[in-house]
Amino acid sequence: MGTHSHQTHNFSAQFDFSGKPKTWSLIAMVIGVIAVLYGFLLDPSEFHGERTFANLLLMGYYFTCVCAAGAFFLAIQYVAQAGWSAGLLRIPQAFSKVLPIASVILVLICAAGLFFHHNVIEDGKQVEVPFLYKHWATHGLADPQSEHYDPIIAAKSAFLNIPFFLGRLVIFLAIYSILAAMLVKFSENEDLNGGLSNYKKSFTYSTIFLVLFGFTTPVWAFDVVMSLEAHWFSTMFGWYNFAAMWVSGLCAMTVIIILMKRAGYLTWINQNHLHDLGKLIFAFSIFWTYVWFAQFLLIWYANMSEETVYFYKRWEPEFKPWFWLNIVINFVAPVLLLMSRDSKRKESSLLFVAILLLLGHWLDYYIMIMPGTVGAEGRGFGITEIGIAIGFVGLFTFLVLNALSKTSLVPKNHPFLDESLHHQI
Amino acid sequence: MSNIKYILGSFDDPDDMMHGIDKLKENDISIYDVFTPMPIHGIEEKLGYKRSRLPIVAFLFGITGTFTAFTMIFYMLVYDWPMNIGGKPAFAAPDFIPIMFELTVLFCSYGMAFTFFFRNHLFPGRAPRVMDLRATDDRFVIAIDAHTNPYPEKINDLLKEAGAIEVKHNERKYISYE
Repeated sequence: MGTHSHQTHNFSAQFDFSGKPKTWSLIAMVIGVIAVLYGFLLDPSEFHGERTFANLLLMGYYFTCVCAAGAFFLAIQYVAQAGWSAGLLRIPQAFSKVLPIASVILVLICAAGLFFHHNVIEDGKQVEVPFLYKHWATHGLADPQSEHYDPIIAAKSAFLNIPFFLGRLVIFLAIYSILAAMLVKFSENEDLNGGLSNYKKSFTYSTIFLVLFGFTTPVWAFDVVMSLEAHWFSTMFGWYNFAAMWVSGLCAMTVIIILMKRAGYLTWINQNHLHDLGKLIFAFSIFWTYVWFAQFLLIWYANMSEETVYFYKRWEPEFKPWFWLNIVINFVAPVLLLMSRDSKRKESSLLFVAILLLLGHWLDYYIMIMPGTVGAEGRGFGITEIGIAIGFVGLFTFLVLNALSKTSLVPKNHPFLDESLHHQI
Repeated sequence: MSNIKYILGSFDDPDDMMHGIDKLKENDISIYDVFTPMPIHGIEEKLGYKRSRLPIVAFLFGITGTFTAFTMIFYMLVYDWPMNIGGKPAFAAPDFIPIMFELTVLFCSYGMAFTFFFRNHLFPGRAPRVMDLRATDDRFVIAIDAHTNPYPEKINDLLKEAGAIEVKHNERKYISYE
């Protein structure tokens, strides 16, 4: 309509993964490996093994969640037949390509945590417990003859037992990875052949993905995180984790898009696209708070001891400041910083909030995982936490940028690409 | 000088209309308003419109709702008739939040809708104020205030040149009362 600047874009440009990003992501991965070795071998603390495993689980889960959120983003865009996002689909596609690797890492961490045992003193007795999931995976909890017999856990053992647990995890992550890989494949075929057939197939497979993903992610969260405290349960927990996953996935995408724009790529992504991403981040931060608060309010109000134990542990002095900081970073900060239209459209403010929320959701997972593993007495924030987090950030950056460098940065035959180029809000 | 109040240029093509806006602006003719049957991207920027102040209204109504809810619950449950509900303190702040949230949304949405209606003179019994009836159908209309732009012939020519299929000289602002 003569109102848009008809800038020409180089759609065949590929991301050149070399130089500083490559060096720094490799250095970050080395830092991660050193932190893991430090945590297992050198850390003098009594809880060092469990603490390292807890951090590996935290970052492994976070990493897989962000990649799965990329696949989820793709599927939503196809099902909604969204036009605005067509130009940025390669970024969630890169996340989807990394999802299988992230899944393998998460399964390995869970399996190793269940397989390796250590001795702890519990009520004056020495007990051999696994490093992760000790609340249900300790030998003898479900055996009436055992001195460790726990009737509550025994009643849950049909669901919470090691083969079924690992089986579920493998099946869920395999479903997500395969469907995500198919969506990527269709998009790459579309680049080569054009036409609508790949887009239509993407639509069909996206609907299947969304149904399976919607029903299985809560169970995934129940398994990997909630079962760390197997005596406690909350049906809100799945959606709470889903909200955290979705916000952090959107933030990771936003950060990568802004940094790539600054490096001179993705010239067709403008402030209107960033505005939409900012709106999604803002809205789902509110949604995260909504679910967080719904879980908190019901437990606080009903005040039943088997439920309040979750918040009791998080209100011990070691965790309480972190517990409230979680709300400040993940709710108050986006509300105040992203409310105005201008701050969603400005690269620098959106980048700041996205990074802040990525850190905030690390803290969110920290608050979910640590009380059920190392507990208040073993809680720490030091080389292990920071180093492992840096390591996984490096791994994620390396794998995603490497995946991005393999194809052109835009699905050039996407039927809605033109709409995306002229997106204006 | 005649008693023409408004000059309306009707276009049947939005691109021609945008072109007409450019032409008028080049000749320093101020545009009173533009009426189109569908939203046109970029037209606000072209006409130099300020952003709507409706979000400010939304915020003010929202915060009114929050305080109304808080005052109401505080008066009922803490000040006037404190009750022991499940051993909780009378001032059980987390319980307040859902109602405060709901009233915020309620006040905000109703307030915004009514403000919008009020500003646009849309209330029951009010005839809609329309400068050109076909602007809601298939015509793209540029309205120019004839008092501030006293060269009707020049404006005529400019509009015709840009592709206007009809130029009207209206002696009254709105035609919809007829």
